[in-house]
Amino acid sequence: MIPELGQTALLLALAVALIQGTLPLLGAARGHEAWMRLARPAAQAQCALVTLAFVLLAGSFVRNDFSLLYVALHSNTSLPLAYRLAGVWGGHEGSLLLWLTMLCGWMLALAHFSRQIPLPVLARTLAVMGWIAAGFLLFMLATSNPFERLVPVPPDGNDLNPLLQDPGMVIHPPLLYMGYVGFSVAFAFAVAALIGGDLGTQWARWMRPWTSAAWSFLTLGILLGSAWAYSVLGWGGWWFWDPVENASFMPWLAGTALIHSLAVTEKRGAFKSWTVLLAIVAFSLSLLGTFLVRSGVLSSVHAFATDPKRGLFILVFLVVVIGGSLLLYAWRAPKLGLGARFDAVSRESMLLLNNVLFVVAMASVLLGTLYPLLLDALGLGKISVGPPYFDAVFVPLMAPVAFLMGVGPLARWKRAELPAIALRLRWAAAVSVVAALGAGWLAGRITVAASLGLWMSAWIAASIATDLWQRLGPANPAPPRARLRALPRPVLGMLLAHLGVAAFAFGVSMVKTYETERDVQMMVGDSTEVAGHVFTLQGLQRVAGPNYDAVQALIAVTREARPVTLLRPEKRVYRVQGTPMTEAAIDHGLTRDLYVSLGEPLAGGAWIVRVYCKPFVNWIWGGCLMMALGGALAASDRRYRAKQPRTAATADAHALPDAACGTVHIAGAAP
Amino acid sequence: MTPRGRRAVVVVCVVGALGGAVALVLNAFRSNLVFFYSPSQVAAKESPAGRSFRLGGLVERGSLQREGLSVRFLVSDTVRQVPVRYEGILPDLFKEGKGVVAQGQLGADGVFVAREVLAKHDENYMPPEAGAALARARAGQLPVEVSR
Repeated sequence: MIPELGQTALLLALAVALIQGTLPLLGAARGHEAWMRLARPAAQAQCALVTLAFVLLAGSFVRNDFSLLYVALHSNTSLPLAYRLAGVWGGHEGSLLLWLTMLCGWMLALAHFSRQIPLPVLARTLAVMGWIAAGFLLFMLATSNPFERLVPVPPDGNDLNPLLQDPGMVIHPPLLYMGYVGFSVAFAFAVAALIGGDLGTQWARWMRPWTSAAWSFLTLGILLGSAWAYSVLGWGGWWFWDPVENASFMPWLAGTALIHSLAVTEKRGAFKSWTVLLAIVAFSLSLLGTFLVRSGVLSSVHAFATDPKRGLFILVFLVVVIGGSLLLYAWRAPKLGLGARFDAVSRESMLLLNNVLFVVAMASVLLGTLYPLLLDALGLGKISVGPPYFDAVFVPLMAPVAFLMGVGPLARWKRAELPAIALRLRWAAAVSVVAALGAGWLAGRITVAASLGLWMSAWIAASIATDLWQRLGPANPAPPRARLRALPRPVLGMLLAHLGVAAFAFGVSMVKTYETERDVQMMVGDSTEVAGHVFTLQGLQRVAGPNYDAVQALIAVTREARPVTLLRPEKRVYRVQGTPMTEAAIDHGLTRDLYVSLGEPLAGGAWIVRVYCKPFVNWIWGGCLMMALGGALAASDRRYRAKQPRTAATADAHALPDAACGTVHIAGAAP
Repeated sequence: MTPRGRRAVVVVCVVGALGGAVALVLNAFRSNLVFFYSPSQVAAKESPAGRSFRLGGLVERGSLQREGLSVRFLVSDTVRQVPVRYEGILPDLFKEGKGVVAQGQLGADGVFVAREVLAKHDENYMPPEAGAALARARAGQLPVEVSR
């Protein structure tokens, strides 16, 4: 009964989505207000129906209802409850449903927080999202139905992939999808602007908080994925340039370019058509990422051949969405115009350079990820592109980005003077060079790569300090608390996110250069020393988990004869699938992680043990967290939700008072 | 400078940055591509000397030898075998008789020195390269030229 109910809910949702996609759009074209007003309730109804389907599927996982094929494939009675819930998105069909639920959540939020948006724009935007939902619903119902029955009902399920049985994996996919799907709002605004032929820059203002919010979620999602890889895969790396990771990184790069170009469009009215194109690209890459990861095409391009219907649908859907929106763009974008002019040295030109670099970075990831798949699909041989390629590309691309990150926020819009900026940043430059060399000296070794990375980090931090000093320091006549309150949230968010990049760069440089790794053979009682810490294997014991059996090692860590911690790495075998798994033990710290994982047992009771000391590795994720918080802070600015005066709706951003962009203090403080 | 001159400066800067970045990417791409070879191809001396490549196939049953941290095993496509040496911890799903992909260089003594050994996350999953090597050998055809 339950599965049929779920399926019916999805069918009804499809009907509602089709209504939402057509009537409001027609209404907006013909000025038919009642039809336009349909967009909001349609979005709400669709959200209710899809959420119902999602809850029903989750309920089937909780009740161990193995009469559902999907539940039988991804769950088991001995699986703990949290992982049974995570099983809802542990496979292809369920993750599509999760994607759709997220989309409905964003639609509902847009329908709710949109009082300042004119009805025709909202109607078009929700209609575009309705079409996306319709496409996904059709795909699910036609090829990947999570409510498919299994006859006869098996006594127990096939269990969730043990790699996914980790707390990080429970929340990683929902956050990642929140980010992926969030870009659909930016996409819908952009397409709606193209359809409506709206020539102003108001859409940039409406789109901005949504894009920042989506970007924050995506950042958090990638952060968790990376932390999961670090703790679960047992190799101690935090990024592998694996196609699955690249699939989430490409929309992030495009999204980062988008939030920067949106700033220019909103404040200055420039880059209009470029911003629209980036919004289309960011969402297209989100779609591509979803399908790359979940269609099985990455493990083998011939996975499509096992279910040609699915592969064909995906290809057609991608072609329709990406091709259709690009065609619309080619037709309408020339109308958007070039926007405001700016000088060769100005904040605009620096943000333009930022965009060029991010787009090239994104394209290089795309090339490295898709080219091997393409060659294979065409039968031209098998190649792979590994981390050396991405490392060789990213360092030279990101170094100028880091440099610009220090200069850009201090440059004035429209026209800036290089000598003035250089004068204001002279202390930041000096401090950052000294700090980079000093940190290398303290860590014991000064290398070119480490110095470059540390310098980038210190440069960003020092320029933020300079920026804040000039905004809040004695040059500002207002009382200190008022000065702080006068800082607009988007500016604070930007500074926090940039500081996050500094923390990230610091963590990466420290780990890459100064980590120590050792694979050793250990018997009970043996010790080994890594980075001043002595690791002693005190004993081995068998432990039984809810759905696995494990050998657990007890490894005591001491430093200068004082106990530091007791680590318990495990080698598990999951009972249902018989899969072995390495569970690393990590002692987290602000300045270093101690990481121990068990390799293989050897003859005579010895084990191969991998011992790492990773300095400042948590700064990598701390930095990502700061970036995400910065994005959230920027998105939360109340001004984005304020109703604009009627006259501003058609005016170019040129006419907007400069106070809105929060650069007025700095312009005044400049020598 | 005239507005037109300034605009030209912006255009030149952007095009220059773009061109430089693209050249960097393509160069890095070309020098870091890793090609794949099957044991039969390695036996026929088609694999490059002094350059990393991937070798895929099955771990020959009974060939695994461990001495402390160093491991030796044979990778087979059921027709030919290539001896492989590796230092370190093998992945969880590495097993005799199962698919494997090793990345490294072929030594002068004909032993493949692996710097990385991959076996994937799923018990039933055959690394694509390993599957391809077996399919090729099974078809009895001479190894297909891998694109350069």
